[in-house]
Amino acid sequence: MPNLIRHDGIHTDNWTIVHPPAEGEAVEVPEGPALLPAAIWKDKRQELTGRNDIGFWLDSHEEPEDLADYVNEVPVIGVNFPKFSDGRGYSIARLLRERFGFRNELRAVGDVLLDQLFYMKRCGFDAYALREDKNPDDAEYCLNVFSHAYQGAVDDDTPLFRRRWAS
Amino acid sequence: MYVYDEYDRQILKERVVQFRHQTERALRGELEEHEFLPLRLQNGLYVQRFAPMLRMAIPYGMLRSRQLRRLAEVTRDFDKGYAHFTTRQNLQLNWPAVEDVPDVLEALSEVEMHANQTSGNCIRNTTTDQFAGVQKDEIVDPRPYCELIRQWSTYHPEFAFLPRKFKIAVNASPSTDRAAVQVHDIGLELHRNDAGELGFRVYVGGGLGRTPMVGPVIREFIPERDVLTYLEAILRVYNRYGRRDNKFKARIKILVKATTPEKFAELVEAEWEQIRNTPTRLTPEAIEQMKGFFTEPDYEDLEDNPPALTEALSASKAFSNWHTRNVSEHKKPGYAIVTLTLKQTGVPTGDVSDRQLEAIADLADEYSFGEVRVTHEQNVVLADVRQDRLQELWEALRPLGFATANLGTLTDMICCPGGDFCALANAKSIPVAEAIQREFDDLDFLYDLGDIDLNISGCMNACGHHHVGNIGVLGVDKKGQEFYQISLGGSSRRDASVGKILGPSFAREDMPTVVKDIIQVYVDHRTEEETFLDTYRRIGMSPFKERVYA
Ligand code: HEM
Ligand code: SF4
Repeated sequence: MPNLIRHDGIHTDNWTIVHPPAEGEAVEVPEGPALLPAAIWKDKRQELTGRNDIGFWLDSHEEPEDLADYVNEVPVIGVNFPKFSDGRGYSIARLLRERFGFRNELRAVGDVLLDQLFYMKRCGFDAYALREDKNPDDAEYCLNVFSHAYQGAVDDDTPLFRRRWAS
Repeated sequence: MYVYDEYDRQILKERVVQFRHQTERALRGELEEHEFLPLRLQNGLYVQRFAPMLRMAIPYGMLRSRQLRRLAEVTRDFDKGYAHFTTRQNLQLNWPAVEDVPDVLEALSEVEMHANQTSGNCIRNTTTDQFAGVQKDEIVDPRPYCELIRQWSTYHPEFAFLPRKFKIAVNASPSTDRAAVQVHDIGLELHRNDAGELGFRVYVGGGLGRTPMVGPVIREFIPERDVLTYLEAILRVYNRYGRRDNKFKARIKILVKATTPEKFAELVEAEWEQIRNTPTRLTPEAIEQMKGFFTEPDYEDLEDNPPALTEALSASKAFSNWHTRNVSEHKKPGYAIVTLTLKQTGVPTGDVSDRQLEAIADLADEYSFGEVRVTHEQNVVLADVRQDRLQELWEALRPLGFATANLGTLTDMICCPGGDFCALANAKSIPVAEAIQREFDDLDFLYDLGDIDLNISGCMNACGHHHVGNIGVLGVDKKGQEFYQISLGGSSRRDASVGKILGPSFAREDMPTVVKDIIQVYVDHRTEEETFLDTYRRIGMSPFKERVYA
């Protein structure tokens, strides 16, 4: 089983990520916990209100603005990193948290490696579907590499200049 | 100059530990090559034609003598005893071993230095005018803003994986632009609005490389306190919408052009409206505190043109030539700004040895309050020299090879490492620079020609800024042979423009003659007060073409 890192430790990832269907095909909503493609979830959200184990995921080119009004209807939102070097997910995460007020679990999925965890945490992620070949025991160090940060972000919106030079 | 506090020291220490950890995992094979790549790039480590290359940051060009001595040690202990000043106020080692790099970074961190974000698709070293804070003609000192931007951009969690590299430059001089801000991804120009408030004019989407562009202004005035939130808005728009499918179309200039500057500005404004009042907005206290780091040194009350100077000037033509070219006016009476030219014929542009670095450190201590600046033209500046000690300094500079009195002239070229060092090169650039320097060895003739920027790049990546040279030289490959294409009329100053191609390219051995012909056309056509660029702009390309291809 792949690992799901949360800030309280390493968990087993039993979530299914449902991929967008091919043209003309329908999507089956799984029995167990699952993340649906954002557009599919939006279509089905009325029928899914009873399920507290269904969330949606956004791909890096998708616009979180399209889901802005519904974010807190789901327990988990996934943001996909198709390649770890595709940095759009960081902006998406900040928008979900800071602009659209998402309060539940924000999970990084896809090409999630160790050396990006600190940046992800700062941008508002609190769960990470670490790629299976990476050592989850390194995650705690990687999430906490730096004890201070210069900028304000989601984890702490106060930039260092305000702390060291308080008015 | 900025001095680290406990926060900065802690953060930098943790960075070194982090990179050691990453390097160890990479060497053990736990990180794949392409996974390690951006991590090492963002710590300045490139892999080059013959060896790795480490690009060490000199934030906005400022260095203390203690830092220079450490750079000298690192150059000696981990490399072959020489390093290279780049066109973006950085210093490069050409031959470090990958496994030594964490030790180099640790040695640098002890003197508040690093190689952070000097490569990779992130926000790079912020650059500015090498005469910041000492020139007469300046709105305010730009360096406190550069340091605020440096801190904001250092390990910015949202912008570490941009579509492509991102460079910011700041200018505060209303009459000139020594920082080439209009050919940066973002150029910031300090000025005052009608109400007398301080702020920035914002250029976005300039750049060189294979699609050279002069950046358009997207906002005439952003108040100083809002500069970080505004930068954050620009970067967010770029991070979300910049192209990622094609590396050659990934710079922000392509996005700005495709969306149009007007539409792009609207996207930025809309984003900025949402974040302008977040805590990222600068406070007056932060600006004041930061300004407190860039106060004046202990200047003495002196007069301009002391006898020691005027006598030396009339006694020696060589000294007087150097004074005319390499010494610039200082805002304080009795002081002068001295540029040490790293452009001695026969030495690759920008190269310095460990001993030379130490010698510069000694000179800084002796003559200039222990500080130096480095310039994007690959020279070094002593910014606070007493005029009555200029002659003494000149005598000290001559044996070191730093007194070539050619600043701003044809032989004070910008030149990239080219085919001698760089895997991407189409052609060598260093030998061309040298051949041109040998052709134009008559200083009186050079002075008569006045200010001319000649810039050389070994390929279209344009590390040598050839597009914005008044005369630009570009190495091209024709069926495996090295050729050189010439462009005319480029400028990186306030009148920034991209040069136009003269015509078919030339073999290397023809280059000195071709440049001589071009210069002769200028000499034949110029009016008394015209620079090369003025004449070119008046008479156009044809007279040059006719002469060169005759
Ligand atoms: C020797 C190894 C080097 C390599 C492999 C290299 C590679 C590159 C590449 C690929 C670009 C184009 C980037 C783009 O178009 O987006 C570039 C641009 C540039 N490089 Fe280098 N470079 C090297 C050394 C240097 C050095 C030594 C300097 C300074 C002397 C330098 C300064 C620059 C500058 C100023 C640009 C133009 C930035 C712009 O497009 O706005 N590079 N380099
Ligand atoms: S311009 Fe080309 S040849 Fe010169 S350093 Fe840059 S990449 Fe190398």
